[in-house]
Amino acid sequence: MSGVAPPLLEVRALETRFSTEAGLVHAVDGLSFSVNKGDSLALVGESGCGKSVTALSILRLVPDPPGRVAGGEILFEGYDLLKLSRRDMRRIRGGEMSMIFQDPMTSLNPVLTIGDQISEAIRTHESVSRRSAWRRCVELLELVRIPDPHRRVHDYPHRLSGGMRQRAMIAMAVACAPKLLIADEPTTALDVTIQAQVLGLLDRLKRELGMTVLLITHDLGVVAEWANRVVVMYAGNKVEEGRVDELFAQPLHPYTQGLLGAIPQAGRVHYTNARLHEISGTVPNLIDPPARCRFAERCAKAIDICHREYPAPFRPAAGREVSCFVAERDLA
Amino acid sequence: MRRLTEFWRRYRRNVLAVLAFGVLLVVAAMAVFADLLYPQGPWEMVTRPFLWPGDRSQHLLGSDMLGRDVMAGIVHGSRVSLLIGVVATAVAFIIGTLVGATAGYFRGWVDDVLMRFTEIFQTIPPFMFLIVLVAIFKPSVTTITLAIGIVSWPTLARLVRSEFLTLRERDFVQAGFVIGMSNTRIILTQILPNALPPVIVTSSVIVATAIINESALSFLGLGDPNLMSWGTMIGAGRQVLRNAWYLTALPGIAILLTVLALNIAGDGLNDALNPRLKSG
Amino acid sequence: MIPLLQVENLTKHFVTRQGTVQAVDDVSLSIGEGETVGLVGESGCGKSTLGRMIVRLLEPTSGTITLQGKEVAHLRGEASKRFRRRVQLIFQDPFTSLNPRSTVGRILEEPLIVHRLGGRDERRAQVEELLRRVGLSPGAADQFPHEFSGGQRQRIGIARALALSPELIVCDEPVSALDVSIQAQVLNLLSSLKRQTGIAYLFISHDLSVIRYIADRIIVMYLGKIVEVAGHDSLWDRPLHPYTQALMAAVPLPDPQAARSRERVVLEGDLPSPVSPPSGCRFRTRCPHAVDRCAREEPALREVVGGRFVACHLVTAGDGPTDIGPGGPPPPAA
Repeated sequence: MSGVAPPLLEVRALETRFSTEAGLVHAVDGLSFSVNKGDSLALVGESGCGKSVTALSILRLVPDPPGRVAGGEILFEGYDLLKLSRRDMRRIRGGEMSMIFQDPMTSLNPVLTIGDQISEAIRTHESVSRRSAWRRCVELLELVRIPDPHRRVHDYPHRLSGGMRQRAMIAMAVACAPKLLIADEPTTALDVTIQAQVLGLLDRLKRELGMTVLLITHDLGVVAEWANRVVVMYAGNKVEEGRVDELFAQPLHPYTQGLLGAIPQAGRVHYTNARLHEISGTVPNLIDPPARCRFAERCAKAIDICHREYPAPFRPAAGREVSCFVAERDLA
Repeated sequence: MRRLTEFWRRYRRNVLAVLAFGVLLVVAAMAVFADLLYPQGPWEMVTRPFLWPGDRSQHLLGSDMLGRDVMAGIVHGSRVSLLIGVVATAVAFIIGTLVGATAGYFRGWVDDVLMRFTEIFQTIPPFMFLIVLVAIFKPSVTTITLAIGIVSWPTLARLVRSEFLTLRERDFVQAGFVIGMSNTRIILTQILPNALPPVIVTSSVIVATAIINESALSFLGLGDPNLMSWGTMIGAGRQVLRNAWYLTALPGIAILLTVLALNIAGDGLNDALNPRLKSG
Repeated sequence: MIPLLQVENLTKHFVTRQGTVQAVDDVSLSIGEGETVGLVGESGCGKSTLGRMIVRLLEPTSGTITLQGKEVAHLRGEASKRFRRRVQLIFQDPFTSLNPRSTVGRILEEPLIVHRLGGRDERRAQVEELLRRVGLSPGAADQFPHEFSGGQRQRIGIARALALSPELIVCDEPVSALDVSIQAQVLNLLSSLKRQTGIAYLFISHDLSVIRYIADRIIVMYLGKIVEVAGHDSLWDRPLHPYTQALMAAVPLPDPQAARSRERVVLEGDLPSPVSPPSGCRFRTRCPHAVDRCAREEPALREVVGGRFVACHLVTAGDGPTDIGPGGPPPPAA
């Protein structure tokens, strides 16, 4: 909350749309948030809320067609990424900013060894010899704690377990010491004990390499354990933002409240003594959505205005934000 | 009914496929109404020989070396081509589905035995095999149709088998076991309806291949001598190719259009039937 | 009293090109009438294989399964069909578990037709009743599965399992594919159905917090073996097996304060291959407390206190594992 240093990444009024047979899907609709240097920011929401599309938009990897970034700005160290040439963007991608995905198998080439792929990534961005790139590669595998790195560099991806593959992909992503790492559901496909290892690794790399991490997840447990700031998304909008301890201690938006209540572990409930909090209904259709609160029809607290107007972001304290008429009324 | 309109809605999106469907409708109409259009049949000598197309309006496509109307030949030939194409494919479909479904569903040694048997058929070049079959039995519509069916079924059997192998492991089929369905019931109500779409698509290509095979047989003089087919016309026209090339070209175009239409319609069917493209 | 379901020394080996996978190895458990038993473990621990053997989708390599005292593992014909009416299954993936070419009504009617329950009109009425019970409108019967969301499809899957009024439903990761808010709807539905009908569940999940909510008794599996059995509260308050402790420490808590205050026990290494599991205790390669004996001798599943079973050399009868490090349980007060 320094307020002086400009944010590392600032997303302003981002609009990403997909044209489908049924109509234009507003996957991300006027999203704004910023990531400060050194942040561990989590973008959290359920499937279809637009969190992954946001990540793809930042890296300019939205498949076009059918997708298109229709509006907004994405400022990375002050430069608008949306205005960069493809060549400049390629330099940034994998260099100053890189990304890891849920399924490492889709981003690792099955016919090349781990070493080939990581050294290739290094040599794309830096002019170093094949030998020294290969040496860096072994160091990187050591850094992500892959046992026996001298042998593992020669392995093909399918020879590694799921957890090891994710480590290899992280090694590749941090090969050029990026300033920002975007991690899209990096632990969703992994078992909890392996998930704990990978989250620990991300934390350590953040400290050791001075990285900033934007974590995209559906898991509020992972957010609570790992992040320091959180942005909650629903149906293409940001509904709430805040420091993790504040937001979990006092969620302001009814959707956030509902999500936290829906997790069985909160309050250590058992089916014999308590029902879980349900959010009734399902996520709204994002084809030409009406200009009003997207959550209104599922919201138990909704009042008249929620069904008519779009709630503007309300900031009750520094770094805290909520877009909800009811929360605003109660806090004012 | 709802499914049919839904199907048409999806099929319609492919303009080329709609066009192909139109061509097939025309060919089918020719086959159905051949006797009404040319009641005298394709063999009747109705005018002077070697009449070029467009020379005389009542014989639009001209006449051959014996003065027979080429248009009448093409219209009646469509009957033979379509009939043999469709029935041979039906034969292949029945054998292929039976063999493939049994192999894919029961797996193990049943699968091994049936697949080795299928491979025997696949190792023989199909057209050679076809010629041998037709040569052994006397060429007639029935033997030709059966022979084409016999050389075509292995493709379908392999396809049905692979569909059954994957579908059998699907959860909804497993659910069928859990609620206590019999094997026959699972095969007929759960697996088959889901295995059919790709089989139908491939069948449309097999119809096209069957038409080509029949034409090739007739061209070689191994067709049913009592029937006028497109292949027979090409075979006859070959001898006068230098001075009356239209006698070869016109039935050739008929074959080309029909086969092309069948292939394109197959693609259209694929898009329309493929559940992966379905919304939701 | 005989339990509803008793599984004894159940083993399942799969022969693969890499060798024989010991998916489930000598597992015994029981489920009482109306009880919910939670089966938790990570991928490859054999929990799904065990569930599929119990519903008889897989044939056990050895061992017995008895339903109210009667052996069921090798039933054929009519007897097998009668078994189907008593034990049902709910699948993990609501998108693949419903026939895409059948209407919802047909999917729900199918079990009734197969078991010749009622005439046409009675079956229709039954389908409507089933839909109502899982919170869907009767109109859903005429629609196709792809017209529904994941949560709604899972409700259809539940309705299908209920159609034959079984005594036991094996729920194989029924909420893993769903979003949290939808997951809560399905968990609430399952627990209210249980209250209404007194049905027993074997609830399989990798998610300890879901198991903690829904189960009366919890079984923890690791690499084909049961490592711990305990009541839901006692397991949560005092996990005894080092693996259970690590599993609980790894569950992300949606509470930043609690998450930061607890001791981190991060397990090193990966799951060993089930083709060649470690000698002795299968967990020893990742266990922070392993001693020599763990490599030599396989720990048996023993009762330590009433109703609590642990397979660990370091846990002695009537005692917690005294040498289990920071974050471990306090020694019990005699």
